[in-house]
Amino acid sequence: MSKILVIAEHLDGTLNPSTARAVSAAAAVKPESIDVLVLAAYTGALATEAAKIEGVNRVLTVERAENAHPLAAVLAPQVARAAAGYSHVFAPSTTFGKDVMPRVAALLGVAQVSDVMSVEGTHTFKRPIYAGNAIVTVEAEPTHTVVATVRTASWPAAASGDNNAPIEALSLDVALPAHTRYVGLQSGKSDRPDLQSAGKVVSGGRGVGSKENFDIIFKLADKLGAAVGASRAAVDAGYVPSDLQVGQTGKIIAPELYMAIGISGAIQHLTGIKDAGTIVAINKDSEAPIFEVADFGLVGDLFKLIPELEQALD
Amino acid sequence: MKILVGYKRVVDYNVRIQVKPDGTGVVTDGVKLSANPFDDIALEEALRLREKGLAEEVVVVGIGPADLTAHLRNGLAMGANRAIHVSTADAVQPLTAARVLQKLVEKEQPGLVILGKQAIDDDANQTGQMLAALWDRPQATFASKVEIADGKATVTREVDAGLETIEVELPAVVTTDLRLNEPRFIKLPDIMKAKSKPIDVVELASLGVDSGDHLKTTHYAAPPKRSKGVMVKDAAELVAALRQKGLL
Ligand SMILES: Cc1cc2nc3c(=O)[nH]c(=O)nc-3n(C[C@H](O)[C@H](O)[C@H](O)COP(=O)(O)OP(=O)(O)OC[C@H]3O[C@@H](n4cnc5c(N)ncnc54)[C@H](O)[C@@H]3O)c2cc1C
Ligand SMILES: Cc1cc2nc3c(=O)[nH]c(=O)nc-3n(C[C@H](O)[C@H](O)[C@H](O)COP(=O)(O)OP(=O)(O)OC[C@H]3O[C@@H](n4cnc5c(N)ncnc54)[C@H](O)[C@@H]3O)c2cc1C
Repeated sequence: MSKILVIAEHLDGTLNPSTARAVSAAAAVKPESIDVLVLAAYTGALATEAAKIEGVNRVLTVERAENAHPLAAVLAPQVARAAAGYSHVFAPSTTFGKDVMPRVAALLGVAQVSDVMSVEGTHTFKRPIYAGNAIVTVEAEPTHTVVATVRTASWPAAASGDNNAPIEALSLDVALPAHTRYVGLQSGKSDRPDLQSAGKVVSGGRGVGSKENFDIIFKLADKLGAAVGASRAAVDAGYVPSDLQVGQTGKIIAPELYMAIGISGAIQHLTGIKDAGTIVAINKDSEAPIFEVADFGLVGDLFKLIPELEQALD
Repeated sequence: MKILVGYKRVVDYNVRIQVKPDGTGVVTDGVKLSANPFDDIALEEALRLREKGLAEEVVVVGIGPADLTAHLRNGLAMGANRAIHVSTADAVQPLTAARVLQKLVEKEQPGLVILGKQAIDDDANQTGQMLAALWDRPQATFASKVEIADGKATVTREVDAGLETIEVELPAVVTTDLRLNEPRFIKLPDIMKAKSKPIDVVELASLGVDSGDHLKTTHYAAPPKRSKGVMVKDAAELVAALRQKGLL
């Protein structure tokens, strides 16, 4: 029977919702048990939060000052040690999971399955390649620990609230390297919903034209209670910070509503929104490829249409 | 300092990938191949460090079939001093690529290894992290800024929460994100010059690495298609449609 260890992701003392998505993927393996591993400087509140996630059997904590920041070189040896006895180790395919998990896999001498979209069997998974233009079925070696990252857009967050899994402190006798030091995080934190988990997202592209003009996107998003995203071209041009980029090399998201405004619809951008519920495109070019995937398309100048849209919303 | 750069050849990012009808792979016959965009960025960064006097030598590494030579010549034309071609007829998976790179690291003793954060064919995003683990050295992934001084690299990383900065002791592995730099174009005279630069060919089998190709790909499928929706005539109609779907 499978036993799965899920690595919790957290920032500033709160659990990232992607953790509960990874738990959903773990549950799809139909394992005997799912344990969540919390590595932090202070694990108390994080562990309590993780214990509430439905399907979790135990929460294991490793509390060390070195775990204050998510440094892969520091976390990976601990995860590799904690993995003993588990058939699978899962983490979300966020920049956190992408950084840490291959390092864990290499320490264990096993392959990693990146971006699990679906579970076909205990060792069989589907994952995207070529910017999502092909989906492969891969079989992991049955005698190895399966190390995998979970494509969060493919999985709902496991429900939270009713569960009350036991919390156990783990002491791992692992020497940690001092060659990597955390300096700081410059965060584009705002009061807006988080791009990765928001139900609605309004994204702007190069068509928006400037950093100042991007206000029109922020205003519309606020009106809708939506998160803000952007194309790579908009980020490269300096209109918005890089953590707003949606796409193959940015964030892969699955909101119920995605509005692409002044975005042409390059394959690398579309990769990021394949799982969106409803896609709306606003573009002045009726031939723009974004209209090929949009559920609702509106052709015209965004600077004229957005104010009209806001009016229609009132 | 010597810098080792991963320089992988992939299907060009402009190619629309087609899955073979029998599900055995994607169509690669006759499609345009180019350097992985992240690897062009890796090479550019290495060249800039050399131009600043922070490195003496830049070595590009390719792991792949016999016809990889022309691709490696592009890396030399861009400015690398020499190339290492690890020759194998098979496509290798990240763990094998990392083990191969580790062998080269042992021999070449670089102060820095720069790889792409992901190769745009398999999108695995693994090799750099795996190499760092096997080498027991720091990793600074998804880099958008790299500063080298006093035997350390200060690296800004593009993470989901924003821009994270870490400091790593050298030698270390850095993987590149798109905004690290804009790679230079290759100029004609450089292509001529590159012809005399050395390419060492090493048979993968001669390196004595255990294969890490533990994943079996059993089937390829085209992704589910989103169907084209409807065009609405104005903002009011759009809002009405979204309201009807319960989205507003
Ligand atoms: C390796 C690699 C990875 C990449 N990863 C990503 C990624 O993760 N995410 C991503 O987004 N891109 C990515 N790209 C870039 C991608 O190929 C495109 O270049 C990018 O998505 C284009 O952004 P855009 O649609 O905003 O700009 P453009 O393609 O320039 O489109 C702008 C659109 O705005 C419209 N427009 C202009 N003015 C107006 C107006 N007044 N009103 C209405 N419409 C207007 C135009 O008609 C046009 O369709 C990647 C590229 C590579 C090579
Ligand atoms: C035609 C074709 C068929 C394929 N068939 C299969 C298949 O059947 N099964 C399968 O599992 N995979 C297959 N692959 C994928 C191939 O094996 C991948 O290259 C491998 O899995 C590594 O993944 P990645 O390059 O995405 O690694 P990543 O970890 O995303 O690569 C990151 C970085 O590592 C470095 N790097 C990685 N590989 C190399 C290399 N070879 N040379 C130089 N630097 C490198 C580069 O700097 C790169 O930017 C195929 C690829 C092609 C082009």
